[in-house]
Amino acid sequence: MKGKSMKLKTNHSFWKKIANNFDLYLFVLPGMIITTIFHYIPLYGVQIAFRNFSARKGIWGSAWVGMEHFQRFFDSASFEMVLWNTFALSLYSLIAGFPIPILLALFLNSFRHKRYRKVIQTVTYAPNFISTVVMCGMLMLFLSPRIGIANHIIGLFGVEPINFMGEQSMWRHIYVWSGVWQTAGWNSVIYFAALSGVSPEYHEAAVVDGASKLQRMWYVDLPFLIPVITILLILNCGSILSIGFEKAYLLQNPLNLNVSEIISTYVYKVGMIDNDISFSSAIGLFNSVINAILLISVNWISRKISENSLW
Amino acid sequence: MRTLIMKNQHKEGLRQKSKKERAKRSNSDKIFDGVIFVILTIVLLIVAYPLYFIIISSFSDPAAVAGGNVTWRPIGFTLDGYEAVFKEENVMRGFLNSIIYTTVGVLINLGVTIPTSYALSREDFFGKKAVTIFYLITMFISGGLMPTYLVVQSLGMINTMWALVVPGALSVYNMIVARTFFKTNLPLELLESAKLDGCGNTKFFIHIALPLSGPIIAILVLFYGIGHWNSYFSGLLYIIDQEKFPLQLVLRNILINNALRQTQSILTEEALKEAERLRQVTELMKYSLIIVSSIPVMILYPFIQKHFVKGVMLGSVKG
Repeated sequence: MKGKSMKLKTNHSFWKKIANNFDLYLFVLPGMIITTIFHYIPLYGVQIAFRNFSARKGIWGSAWVGMEHFQRFFDSASFEMVLWNTFALSLYSLIAGFPIPILLALFLNSFRHKRYRKVIQTVTYAPNFISTVVMCGMLMLFLSPRIGIANHIIGLFGVEPINFMGEQSMWRHIYVWSGVWQTAGWNSVIYFAALSGVSPEYHEAAVVDGASKLQRMWYVDLPFLIPVITILLILNCGSILSIGFEKAYLLQNPLNLNVSEIISTYVYKVGMIDNDISFSSAIGLFNSVINAILLISVNWISRKISENSLW
Repeated sequence: MRTLIMKNQHKEGLRQKSKKERAKRSNSDKIFDGVIFVILTIVLLIVAYPLYFIIISSFSDPAAVAGGNVTWRPIGFTLDGYEAVFKEENVMRGFLNSIIYTTVGVLINLGVTIPTSYALSREDFFGKKAVTIFYLITMFISGGLMPTYLVVQSLGMINTMWALVVPGALSVYNMIVARTFFKTNLPLELLESAKLDGCGNTKFFIHIALPLSGPIIAILVLFYGIGHWNSYFSGLLYIIDQEKFPLQLVLRNILINNALRQTQSILTEEALKEAERLRQVTELMKYSLIIVSSIPVMILYPFIQKHFVKGVMLGSVKG
């Protein structure tokens, strides 16, 4: 009855619909204004990538230069290095970091001891709430060449102290595995939540059929996770070039710059330190476009193969 | 959400029922359980040890820490590190700044997010879809660093608190979480009956919706609060004066850039020893600093655990 009356109401004319809930528009107004100013106006301001921005002349007064800044970026010596570093770091993070939360959730889900499970969850979630600065500070302390515990430990095995942060070959491993340490537990929450939706009937049926626990994990639990896994994988692939600024910037030093300079840190330095604003915007735009292309193509592929997709 | 919980309870019930079944657990299942137990315990130790190590080191004699003698318990208990932290003016000022930024930031976040998500949770809100898409777009494309910076600059927000708290006033993810909460917890019937009593939208929102939204407000305060407390990049971008630095920037300078007063050149052996001691305390201070800067988060953590998990689950419900 009530549902019906609501239906009727929504059949009124356009203005009536708006007048009906006039105040709800005031509710969404502040958010829309802020989003317009800080998200849509910058989107519009992206045109400075095609101009020679000068603060004196403003966005409108600055001269058009077309693709010049993009060309300059493609021709520059840094282009290949920065692009490769970003790609390598991102892909490595994805390959190392993506499956672990899934495994963790599967293991936790089939773990009998409830209280111990709680303990494990509480502890593994915790690093996620440590700030990036503190995380990097911890790495510096542990890996310090003279007094870090890492060097004390390898010293026990007779290995000479290593300047971890200065060692180019180590940098990506440090970056990626510290990230796994920090986020794996927390990232498992979403899979764990999905697993709690698995109907127990499936497990009962599997037990009747004589399935072992391992088989049940593989044939009952895992298939249940596939939609979640696909969606998260698409999202992760779509942001493969937008690996974060903070951690890379904090862990950089002159010795590891050849592997640690990525697009986001490069954009920051070119724009904020060298003050080459248009050039920096061009690189940022290049990055966004590649990400959008990746997102769309991965989504397309996934829809073809598995019928799971973002849209 | 509710069905999910019910299923969970059902599952727990089954776990108990399965005692009989436990008796006929096969050998392979026992091995399986054992292997999982071992793996999870190793994971637990790997995650916990670095955190534990920071804690015991912060209480230990600096020489013992530097010498690698501290492994599983504090050695030569001392509070020198903490004393050094509280003597460091920058740290205390950064701490205070961050408290202010976080409080103001969260208030703005709530003021913008809650009304928006309430309005968008209403089925009868005409234009709901258009507004939602308006927000979703910003999750996938952005203008990038420099165009955003120029907007903040042109508004005169550089080197003010506003640059840290206004641009991110509404996080789309949190908005969706809150919207899902309102959708599931404020049934249309409630609004209908209130309307029959002559209650308008605003009145309904203030007197009925808000008092019922304790859990979602808690989740938002935690999500946004931790975000502000841990945020570093916006401070780096927009804050110029040292006195206005948020805590994370101060931490960066000390933990990563080692920007602490260095000792002068020393001649006597006595002074040399003293200088070495001072250098060690400075190192020790870093451990204590990590603990002190994380105190607010540690206090909140018990709440975080419970509510955040709920929030993540709400967020994962598609809608």
